[in-house]
Amino acid sequence: MITLKVNGASRQYDGDAEMPLLWYLRDELQMTGTKYGCGEGLCGACTVHLNGQAVRSCQTDMQTAAGKNITTIEGLHPQANHPVQQAWRNANVPQCGYCQSGQIMQACALLKQKPKPTDADIDTAMRGNICRCGTYQRIREAIHAAANGNKSQTAKGGE
Amino acid sequence: MYRIEIVERRTFLQQLLSASALVIGASATPFDFTGAETGETSGAATAAWNPNVYLGLEPDGRIILITHRSEMGTGARSVLPVVLADELEADWSMVKLEQAIGDKKYGSQNTDGSCSIRDFYDVMRQAGASTRLMLERAAAAKWGVAATEVKASNHFVVHTASGRKLGFGELAADAAKQAVPKKEELKFKSPAEFRYIGKSLKTIDNADLSSGKGMFGIDASMPGMVHASIARSPVFGGTLKSFDDKAAKAVKGVTQTVEIPRFKGQQLMFQPLGGVAVIANSTWAAKKGREALKVEWDAGENAAYDSAKYKVSLLETVRKPQKALRNLGDVDAEFAKASQSGRQTHEAEYYMPHLAHAPMEPVAAVAEFKDGKVVCHANTQNPQAVQDTVAAALGIKPQDVICNVTLLGGGFGRKSKPDYVAEAALLSRSVGKPVKVTWSREEDIQFDYYHAVAAMYLKASIGDKGKATALLQRSAFPSIATTFDSRARYGAGFEMDMGWTDAPFDIPNIRAENGPAQNHVRIGWLRAVANLYHAFGLHSFMDELAHLAKRDPVEYLLDSLGAPRKLDMKAQGVAAYSNQGKPIQDYPVDIGRLRNVVELAAEKSGWAKKKSVKGHGFGIAVHRSFLSYIACVVEVTVDAQGRVRIPSVHMAVDPGQIINPDRVKAQFEGAAVFGTSIAMMGEITAMNGVIQQSNFDGYPVARMHEAPLHTHVHIVPSSAPPAGVGEPGVPPMIPALTNAIFAATGKRVRDLPVRKTKLV
Repeated sequence: MITLKVNGASRQYDGDAEMPLLWYLRDELQMTGTKYGCGEGLCGACTVHLNGQAVRSCQTDMQTAAGKNITTIEGLHPQANHPVQQAWRNANVPQCGYCQSGQIMQACALLKQKPKPTDADIDTAMRGNICRCGTYQRIREAIHAAANGNKSQTAKGGE
Repeated sequence: MYRIEIVERRTFLQQLLSASALVIGASATPFDFTGAETGETSGAATAAWNPNVYLGLEPDGRIILITHRSEMGTGARSVLPVVLADELEADWSMVKLEQAIGDKKYGSQNTDGSCSIRDFYDVMRQAGASTRLMLERAAAAKWGVAATEVKASNHFVVHTASGRKLGFGELAADAAKQAVPKKEELKFKSPAEFRYIGKSLKTIDNADLSSGKGMFGIDASMPGMVHASIARSPVFGGTLKSFDDKAAKAVKGVTQTVEIPRFKGQQLMFQPLGGVAVIANSTWAAKKGREALKVEWDAGENAAYDSAKYKVSLLETVRKPQKALRNLGDVDAEFAKASQSGRQTHEAEYYMPHLAHAPMEPVAAVAEFKDGKVVCHANTQNPQAVQDTVAAALGIKPQDVICNVTLLGGGFGRKSKPDYVAEAALLSRSVGKPVKVTWSREEDIQFDYYHAVAAMYLKASIGDKGKATALLQRSAFPSIATTFDSRARYGAGFEMDMGWTDAPFDIPNIRAENGPAQNHVRIGWLRAVANLYHAFGLHSFMDELAHLAKRDPVEYLLDSLGAPRKLDMKAQGVAAYSNQGKPIQDYPVDIGRLRNVVELAAEKSGWAKKKSVKGHGFGIAVHRSFLSYIACVVEVTVDAQGRVRIPSVHMAVDPGQIINPDRVKAQFEGAAVFGTSIAMMGEITAMNGVIQQSNFDGYPVARMHEAPLHTHVHIVPSSAPPAGVGEPGVPPMIPALTNAIFAATGKRVRDLPVRKTKLV
């Protein structure tokens, strides 16, 4: 029996210990905000936090997740209002939006380590996260905005 | 011609709207029923009528709009209804969008070809103006005043003289009794009166997409569903010899295996490839089961496919005279004259490999076959193709396929080909439960409908100041037509007209040719389609001519485009120019607009002040596609190790009337990245018929540090008819980038992707 915490709630799992955390979140917990993109740790779409560190949930098996605190996009903020999420909305970052859960989780981990990242820091931290729609420049803009307390950002659009 | 009509609530609408709602339908499907466009309701007219938009106005003022476009990131499903709401003078905050299921009554739902706005802009405005007039007339009747004295304003109808006003909702019941106005009676807003068109409203999906709440095809589920993972022939067209599923069935969670028949006949269309499916109680167990499955295939004739040899054969094809699709002047005579008089000629060959779509979300569907009908949820660009494909696979009627459209995690053309939905439906019939099919990334890359590999040959004779006096263009590529008839060997008309027969240059002699090519993999359309290779070949070659003439590429380009004018395509030697299916008088090939975007891109990028030096270069290309005019200036740096970086891109874009500037900008920002992927790194190869790449390691796409750092999008203000936005940014990006690399290194990349060329 594996026990772990997901978004603060204790969970128990007694299936295949080799199954990646990704499929546990999606198939067992119906937390579909974490996405499958490659299954090989190449694209970052499945990024979650494991004890606060950004990890690829497709490369983290349930054995490894045992006893850990997992945070997914659903658990980032109760009203989905984390500063990074606000910045993402203000900059209209998403196009199709599929990769953005992973991008946001990766960006949050970066900002925890480096509250004021440079462009080079962003390149290094975010290069594992692919966006096929090509929203990279807005991701960069949103990360800088979140780092600046979402003050300096010119909001794009608006109701 | 469009038709607006009050409609009965039908099954789907009954779930959404109350009995007292005013429901308006509108059709964009041209039809020839005399007088039918004015809203007559004879049986014949109704039968011929395919409304593509439904608007429901509830007595409490809420407006329900059925949005019939798929959302794959362009904003189409949010942006198009804004047009109707604006013309209606509705309050956007009172509008709720409902995604349409697949149904032919909506007209085409195929979200493809950058057509959502241009095909539906007019009908949305007409539906909005008609409903507005009905509301105004209802209010005028209630107050006993002339309809001309009242005016709709932000969800109310106002009688200016007396100051009386009534909400749209309060007027719904009376408006429903009004006759639908004739087209001639409608008054459309002037652009100055637009409240939402031209403003960057947030899309309805904006918040969900940063909170993990967006529901994609891969997220869809049905009660009691099981999961399938499918083994397919590694060679296209291979047949199943035998399989042993003992080990697969021994995997915990695996319940059974099911054979899916191979596609049949000469019309591949969107039929499943066929194979063996492993059914399990989880995605993971299905995958493990498939890995344990032992399958033997008879590879068939495509086992000889070797993309390296194929490349050689395509290049041989374009070195020989081929079928002419454009013939202006006399290219051969001009070449002969040049040769006699010792004038210079220039020739070059270009090559672009197969590409995979690789949307971040692989194709996925869940389907349930029950009582002779199918209900499915799919990440599809084309729910009506789902209906047709599933119906054909199961031998049922298309109307017995209910296709719910989820969000799409990217599409780029892949998701308008619903083979995967038919797989899910076939499996559900065999298993007796809803079945979810989720393609892995490996399946996505190894079993795609690939963008065609293409070879091109260009030759020009050089006249005064280095200007071309004759231009010969030859291309060869396996056509998308092969997907619809396996015997097809030449490029289809629509492919040839994507940047090849319509080379917009002021050159007196032009011949565009196309040679035969047989496909050995499935061929499909990828974002911007044949424009991708044609733009690469043509605009690289024009840049070569500019450098040969030792002239500034922008100045040479403008000189080569010639004076502002609209091309008469017949006089230009093109017998039947397809023009994306739009009339040439509404959407001309306008050299003035091409020149304008070139000048704008040059100005905004500061071209005149920036001189390319070793390691730092600028390149330009201009291309008309999807009826839009795009010029692109790319800045690159190439370091001592040959690493390319892209500090800036300037895109000057003229897509006619636009609705949401921010979403337009986003599409061109994305196009710069998509074009970077194609130019720098995209390549699918085959050996012994087997695709050699299987994931993002072998098939890299541009990442954060490889993408342009700043893409500046400059939109030309325009009230010209709306054209395309989703695709046309990609074609000019590719040659603009390789032209910049030439400027920085002196290395002319004619063989994509760039990563195969040693730049220093």
